[in-house]
Amino acid sequence: MVKIKPNVAVSESGFLFNPANGESYSLNPVGTRIFGFLKEGKSYEEIRDSFMREYTVDHDSFERDYDDFVNMLKQYNLTERDEEEV
Amino acid sequence: MEKQRYERPVIKKLETNMPNKFGTQTELAPKTHIDNVPVKKLIEEFGSPLFVVSEQTIRKTFAKAKKAFTTRYPKVQFAWSYKTNYQNAICNVFHQEGSWAEVVSGFEYEKALRNGVDGKKIIFNGPDKTVDDLKLAIENDSLLHIDHLDELYTIIELAGNGGKKPKVAIRVNMDTGVYPMWDRFGFNYENGQAWDALNKIMRSNKLELVGLHTHIGTFMLSANAYSVAAYKLAELALGIQKKYSHEIKYIDMGGGFASKNTLKGAYMPGTDTNPTFDDFAEAITSALINSDFKPDKLPLLILETGRALIDDAGYLLGTVISNKRLADGKRTTILDIGVNLMFTSFWYDHKVTPAQPFSHYTENTVLYGPLCMNIDVIRENANLPLLNKGEHVVVHSVGAYNMTQWMQFITLRPNIVMIDEKATPHLIREKETLDSLMSYEKVPEHLKKFDL
Repeated sequence: MVKIKPNVAVSESGFLFNPANGESYSLNPVGTRIFGFLKEGKSYEEIRDSFMREYTVDHDSFERDYDDFVNMLKQYNLTERDEEEV
Repeated sequence: MEKQRYERPVIKKLETNMPNKFGTQTELAPKTHIDNVPVKKLIEEFGSPLFVVSEQTIRKTFAKAKKAFTTRYPKVQFAWSYKTNYQNAICNVFHQEGSWAEVVSGFEYEKALRNGVDGKKIIFNGPDKTVDDLKLAIENDSLLHIDHLDELYTIIELAGNGGKKPKVAIRVNMDTGVYPMWDRFGFNYENGQAWDALNKIMRSNKLELVGLHTHIGTFMLSANAYSVAAYKLAELALGIQKKYSHEIKYIDMGGGFASKNTLKGAYMPGTDTNPTFDDFAEAITSALINSDFKPDKLPLLILETGRALIDDAGYLLGTVISNKRLADGKRTTILDIGVNLMFTSFWYDHKVTPAQPFSHYTENTVLYGPLCMNIDVIRENANLPLLNKGEHVVVHSVGAYNMTQWMQFITLRPNIVMIDEKATPHLIREKETLDSLMSYEKVPEHLKKFDL
């Protein structure tokens, strides 16, 4: 499961700030929503089901975009490292 | 509850170092309709990819060009450059507007004849006119623009066999102060080749010298070069008048006017920087009017501009096949439009607009075509809104050359549709089929069977 670093903050408009290194980021509304779900500790399945209900998107497309997005969060060091990865 | 429109999730790092004045969004509104016909409907009906031509835009652009020249010069004639786009429906729009035909091969010549153009109103350019082409053109009183001495000798020989007196002009190349100088076509002005050819024509007594032609380059970004060219042709015409008491009927300034596309590497968009029809018209007509031609003896001015008249009228509609990330993290989008259909993407940064509403979020994206080849790149760098798989894009200003230089490579050429002035789409060229292409192939008997 993807865990966001606890001190990373995001505003409603999608402005994200990482106090650990002072970097800031901009998210689009879909990105902001996924990020919010991840902060709440929701699993991929819960997030996907919520998107299926609310957005015009199919499973496959969502999974592909979700994976790419989470990879970017990892690249930017915004997630906790999984234990097995360490 | 109605579902919200989905957009790919993105996260963009905010950089505070170097400001980038070209880094902002370039596409501000989606292109949902072309001449009031929904893009979505066009793709549903005619498939994707799809070339769409706007008849209204052709006529409006032509009117603009015609006005620029006819308000400055008394005798102007346009000739439609077939090689720029020789779909019959498109040629006929130009012929309805009064354009003659300008062709560069036997194939194009016969196409013009079949379209119903009077042979007298066909200008035959180019280095490769076969003996049969020349015979037919002479018979039809077409205007032969001679490219090289071998052609000149052939025409003199054909004229010697009796029959009609060929109507000829020579193509002249010259230094107009621009690089590269197009000296591979025609006879050079500065080194005397042009005079040499003209003397041969006049002394043969077998040909009727009716005009002088030049075509100084392509996608010219300087209108002034045309002024130099027009002045030099005027000098030649006046020289012939003085030496042989022979009046030239027309001066043909060729084409090469830049369209509004943006060349790769250009600092500013072409819409802001490229010369207008008025700029080109001012340069050419001023040079002719200010030359020593008597006001009542000004020659007819012929223009063969193609690109600037048709580019904006052509659109290419396509569909997103996939979004992908490269090894270095760069975003890419694969479209069903490749360089096989958009030859011009080798030298233009074509404007690409999504065909459906989008948010203000953008990503720097490489646009790839569907061909399994590394060179298949439509845009190397575009700040585009986020596109989902299956969504549509509209590529602008593809009317020139793409529908003639397109390649049949690993796939088939698509439909071309023309939208008339009443917003009705007409299929003007049917998409190719495997059957139509295979009908050209022959397999020898011993190769018809195999066991695997």
